[in-house]
Amino acid sequence: MRMDVEIEVRGLNFYYTGNVHVLKGINLSAYKNVVTALIGPSGCGKTTLLRCFNRMHDLYPKNRYEGEIVFQGKNILSKDVDVINLRSRIGMVFQKPTPFPMTIFDNVAYGLKLKGINKRTELSERVENALKNSAIWDEVKDKLNVSAYELSGGQQQRLVIARALAVEPEVLLFDEPTSALDPISTSKIEELLVQLKSKITIIIVTHNMQQAARVSDWTGFVMLGKLIEFDKTDKMFTAPSEKLTEEYITGRFG
Amino acid sequence: MPRTAKRNPVDTIFASVTAIASFSVIIFIIGILYVLISESSLAIGKFGVIKFLTSTDWDPVKESFGALTNIYGTLITTFLSLIVAIPVAVGIAVFVTEISPKFLKGPIGIAIELLAAIPSIIYGMWGLFTLSPIMSSYVEPFMKKVTAGIPLINILFRGTPMGIDILTASVILSIMIIPFTASISRDSFNLTPAVVKESAYALGATKWEVVKNVVIPYSKLGVFGGIVLSLGRALGETMAVAFVLGNNHRITTSLLDAAATITVTLANEFTEADRDIYLSSLFYLALVLFVMSFITLAIAKIFLLKAERKYSR
Amino acid sequence: MTREQTRKIENIFALTLSALAALIGLFWLVFILGDVIVQGIKALNLSLFINDPAPAGVEGGGLRNAFVGQLIITLCATLIGVPVGVLAGTFLAEYARGRKIARVISVLADIMVSVPSIVIGTFIYAILVKPVGHFSGWAGAIALAIIMIPVVLRTTENMLSLVPWTLREAAFALGAPYYKVIIQVVYRGAATGILTGILLSIARVAGETAPLLFTSFNNSFFSLDMKQPISSLTVTIFQYAMGPYDNWHAQAWAASLMITLFILFLTLLGRFIIKWRYKG
Repeated sequence: MRMDVEIEVRGLNFYYTGNVHVLKGINLSAYKNVVTALIGPSGCGKTTLLRCFNRMHDLYPKNRYEGEIVFQGKNILSKDVDVINLRSRIGMVFQKPTPFPMTIFDNVAYGLKLKGINKRTELSERVENALKNSAIWDEVKDKLNVSAYELSGGQQQRLVIARALAVEPEVLLFDEPTSALDPISTSKIEELLVQLKSKITIIIVTHNMQQAARVSDWTGFVMLGKLIEFDKTDKMFTAPSEKLTEEYITGRFG
Repeated sequence: MPRTAKRNPVDTIFASVTAIASFSVIIFIIGILYVLISESSLAIGKFGVIKFLTSTDWDPVKESFGALTNIYGTLITTFLSLIVAIPVAVGIAVFVTEISPKFLKGPIGIAIELLAAIPSIIYGMWGLFTLSPIMSSYVEPFMKKVTAGIPLINILFRGTPMGIDILTASVILSIMIIPFTASISRDSFNLTPAVVKESAYALGATKWEVVKNVVIPYSKLGVFGGIVLSLGRALGETMAVAFVLGNNHRITTSLLDAAATITVTLANEFTEADRDIYLSSLFYLALVLFVMSFITLAIAKIFLLKAERKYSR
Repeated sequence: MTREQTRKIENIFALTLSALAALIGLFWLVFILGDVIVQGIKALNLSLFINDPAPAGVEGGGLRNAFVGQLIITLCATLIGVPVGVLAGTFLAEYARGRKIARVISVLADIMVSVPSIVIGTFIYAILVKPVGHFSGWAGAIALAIIMIPVVLRTTENMLSLVPWTLREAAFALGAPYYKVIIQVVYRGAATGILTGILLSIARVAGETAPLLFTSFNNSFFSLDMKQPISSLTVTIFQYAMGPYDNWHAQAWAASLMITLFILFLTLLGRFIIKWRYKG
């Protein structure tokens, strides 16, 4: 089966505030309509790698990228890329649910309004679609004008996913999206991820290996800033090629 | 407080001493209320409440006093100063929290603190000797010329530009309020969690859009509470205004006229009051001011408490 | 123009405006301080500090009595206000922690802070000047102390609350009574913060004029007697600035410069102590 590459990382090096060399020579391909998981011990670079895809590091001074990340034929790390536009095509969901201080409807519509979509009918339609795709429509359809803070943690996270989906990105990045949630909300979101991949490409960082095994098709193991191994998930978890991968998966360290 | 098996006597003494010290606060509040009311009782008896608050009289010779001119002056100068100070202060807070490069944050923070630390009498000196001449020679004639043709607005600039007037007093007051308001706004803005801001950036928002759509709504209650607190500060400001307001008891529509505020009247006339009813009326003014600042404090507190409750989930 | 271009322009425009606001703030600071320094230095001379005021309208003379008076009043206010404030803050943070009385006193302290300083002056006039029949330095000092108390109370309470409870537990476990725990352990841990709070409260009252206007009033002669009206720098500045004589104006500027320098020094000192202590 031929797989299309959605994002290709070539020789990526990343330096924090000046000269702390955090990512070392990373190469990987994230395939289209597939869930790619990034696993590895805490603080070893997986989130840092994820935040390169939507240039989040630009928000803080003196961070430096080297190498290329190619998305739709362009290197998105180059200086002349329109980052604002990029972020509407590669979206992100964070560890803690982050609803804005607005109503549920306005939250989901936010990204659309930024793009200049103001017609009520179009907004309503796209908000409804996003909430349906995020498997939360039935729970909120009667209270769209209620403050987002009224929702539970798990619902807020699904709301935030809907918000990210509303602008119809090609890629969605997830940074440990269930680590702050209870088991039931977690499994709802994991189901959601598997459903979503038919529409978009997903890259998820998780410190929970079982979650990676349940949800992803491809997995990358990142340790100390290097990509130790990148392979199909079933293969990685049953017969890893690298010794380090095997040690991590069997819990030798973590 | 932990209960030890046997009560150490020194402990009891120390605890009592600290308790007594803190009760001084209670004693003060009760004391000042009692004193203000009893000292103004003569005037309250003679003028009542409504009449005093709505009367524009201020005649020591005829022994007829009313608070309206003073209240008017207090409210007008405060209102005008806030109109200018709030946008500048919020602008400074936005700059410091979102825009300024790291190396500038410290120095600007210090600059704001220094501006806040300058005592009001220095503002008064500067206002009298530096600002007032500039106002009367350049700014006010300019404003007069520019608004001469515009129907309703030119009423605001009638009269000779002397530099000792509502306009100058309001300018000084606004400069004084800026650092306080900026500090509180900055602290409120900083309470917005970085993750929430990042979520907005992740949707492709520009910096200004993040400030406008996320940071400001998030800190709305705190900033508003801060503004009301600033209002309270401005109400009670004496020295900065005393130098440049003149002391003219009247209600006027022109910003170029001298006027009177409660604080300036107290400062200028308290030691001159030669009759009991005069002094009592001044105490009555002080009581009115006390009530006004208490009300603004209460309103500010409501906002700040609401802010705390809303976001500490 | 595309929507994205409009958004970018709006972005730059708004951010420029806020930078402008910061510049305006800085402008006033430089303008005012600059003026105080320039005008103050012009009038600065030795006679200011060694001589007492000359009769009205006569050239020369100094402000020795005002400097000394200001120092004495501020010192007395500090000696009254600081201990009361620290002890009161201790009560709120330690013995009354979590109890309703702490909330009540806290709110009352907030009210106390927001009372306009001139109203405090009228209050003290009624209880300490009118009954006695004359102004006095003590009345002024107490008026300033009332301004200081809630400020010191608040910082002390906050600083003490920041000391982790486990520190106290460790001291208790060694058999120390509560008052010793507070004085020897908790105060030590919060010392820097409390000291800064004290410095800042002194800086705050050192420049106050309104509460002194009808409490300590003023005195054109040198005096150390706190039971009588005593001269202060701030009231003198007010008097001289509003007066008709040029040499009065000049002296007012010089006095303004000295007060400003003193207050700025205290403020910066307070901030640097915090920075230095917490650099680790």
